[in-house]
Amino acid sequence: MSVEALLFYVFALAAVGGALAMVMNVRNTVAAALSLVITMIALAGIYVLLHAHLIAVVQIMVYAGAIVVVFIFVVMLLNLRQDAFPPGRLRVFKWVGASGALWMLWRFLGALTPHMPAVQERAEGFGGYRQLGRVLFTDFVLPFEMTSLLLLAAIVGAVILAKRRIG
Amino acid sequence: MPWETLFKVLFILIVGVAVFAPVVTWVERKQSAVMQDRIGANRADLFGIRILGLLHPAADVIKLIFKEDVVPDGANRTMHLLAPLIAAMGAIISFAVIPYGGKYTFGDNTINLVAADVDWGILYIFAVGSIAAYGTVIAGWASNNNWSMLGSLRAAAQMISYEVTMGLSVVGCFIVFGTLRLTDMVFAQDQTFRVFGFLEAFGWFESVPAVLSWIQLPMWGVFLQPLGFIMFLTAVMAENKRPPFDIPEGESEIVAGYHTEYSGMRFGLFFMAEFIEVVVIAGLMTSIFLGGWSIPWLPTATIVGGLEPAFGSGMANLLCMVAQVLTFILKVAIMIWVQMLLRWTLPRFRYDQVMDLCWKILLPLSILNAFVTGTIVLLIQGLG
Repeated sequence: MSVEALLFYVFALAAVGGALAMVMNVRNTVAAALSLVITMIALAGIYVLLHAHLIAVVQIMVYAGAIVVVFIFVVMLLNLRQDAFPPGRLRVFKWVGASGALWMLWRFLGALTPHMPAVQERAEGFGGYRQLGRVLFTDFVLPFEMTSLLLLAAIVGAVILAKRRIG
Repeated sequence: MPWETLFKVLFILIVGVAVFAPVVTWVERKQSAVMQDRIGANRADLFGIRILGLLHPAADVIKLIFKEDVVPDGANRTMHLLAPLIAAMGAIISFAVIPYGGKYTFGDNTINLVAADVDWGILYIFAVGSIAAYGTVIAGWASNNNWSMLGSLRAAAQMISYEVTMGLSVVGCFIVFGTLRLTDMVFAQDQTFRVFGFLEAFGWFESVPAVLSWIQLPMWGVFLQPLGFIMFLTAVMAENKRPPFDIPEGESEIVAGYHTEYSGMRFGLFFMAEFIEVVVIAGLMTSIFLGGWSIPWLPTATIVGGLEPAFGSGMANLLCMVAQVLTFILKVAIMIWVQMLLRWTLPRFRYDQVMDLCWKILLPLSILNAFVTGTIVLLIQGLG
């Protein structure tokens, strides 16, 4: 096994383990959010292995670094402790849900595996910020601007919600 | 190749973490003493030898290691242990992308004096910084103490806010140097530019008079992006949570903030992380704005070319390497001194002042800076 394959399994295990830990820890909200961080960092590692370096860094900066910190910030502001939530009941539903998810995953993999694309040679500068920037501001400039419009609407909405009185 | 990387990592650990960081704690004490007209710490002695109080960092470490390690009742033990480790880890691994020397050729081998020469160098530091923020956030949450919790809340808000400004305030440098790779940035600064050259670029003069042509400055970020320099320094200092931005631990309001419940070496790790970050900040500022390892007015080609006839190629490269690494260390020392000067000059800001500074002053200014820089670069490219 090459080093890259070994690293892939390490990161994949960490990602799945983090996701499972998040679901198992729903009552301990901060621990759940921190498990999510582990998943995010492991995903970033997998992106690096795929040579998508910029996406990997953005994954850590935006998802692990900013979004989950905001989650934790809100959880701490609300001061949610473990006893704020009742212990789980209706275990039957959990097991039914889990087996249903596993069945769907199995079907999904079965449907997807025959259509896997062949391994391709990666283009020069693949995954770097230059390539991404060029594509973003030439081929995809309209979706890019649309996204910024959406974000602007969200910011204006947040400001209006947070301000009691405008003017 | 693995040996080379190992040596680079060892060099960073020894110089950056094991030598610079403890010395910075000494500098902090001595500088505050000088600024407040005191003598400063000089009592620690080893067989009667005091060497200006330089033994105090060692005494600190011994004291911290032998102190009782208290975990408060009701604290989350795992998280309480993990938090200082995350904070210190983030500070130490930031060194990986900071170049402390250029590229030197010895026969067939080329040595690149940086541990990891990655294309997205500066983004790596931002990413590591955002992970290190978890150290402080978890610390307060895991301590089961309301003061700690308040400190963590403040830290979370402050660090998220200043990450935004920190990234945006160096966009001007990205535009000017055309790269995110720190080694390339330093290479771009390893030359001089004519201060009045812009008159030619804009076509206001046919050619600049010879006298003015002689006035040359090293092509450092601080001369090309003076506003960016000030804004970035402010943002990284706020990110480091040291005074005047130490509201997460503001002892006059919330005891000691996020590390109220920490003692012994666990507190020591938070303490160390801050001082290592001071060195990282100095290295980063040096690399982006002060020309890194480059010697002002003496580009690498000139040094090597001048020494080569007398000493031969290998020796010339070696001498150049030593001179430039020493230059880097000197610049880092100067930037540490600047940070200490600011830290002991300014009183702590209020929480709302810190937030106003970030969102109402630095953020609009940094966007304006990026806009103006982009416009000027486009104009020069279009005209030249």
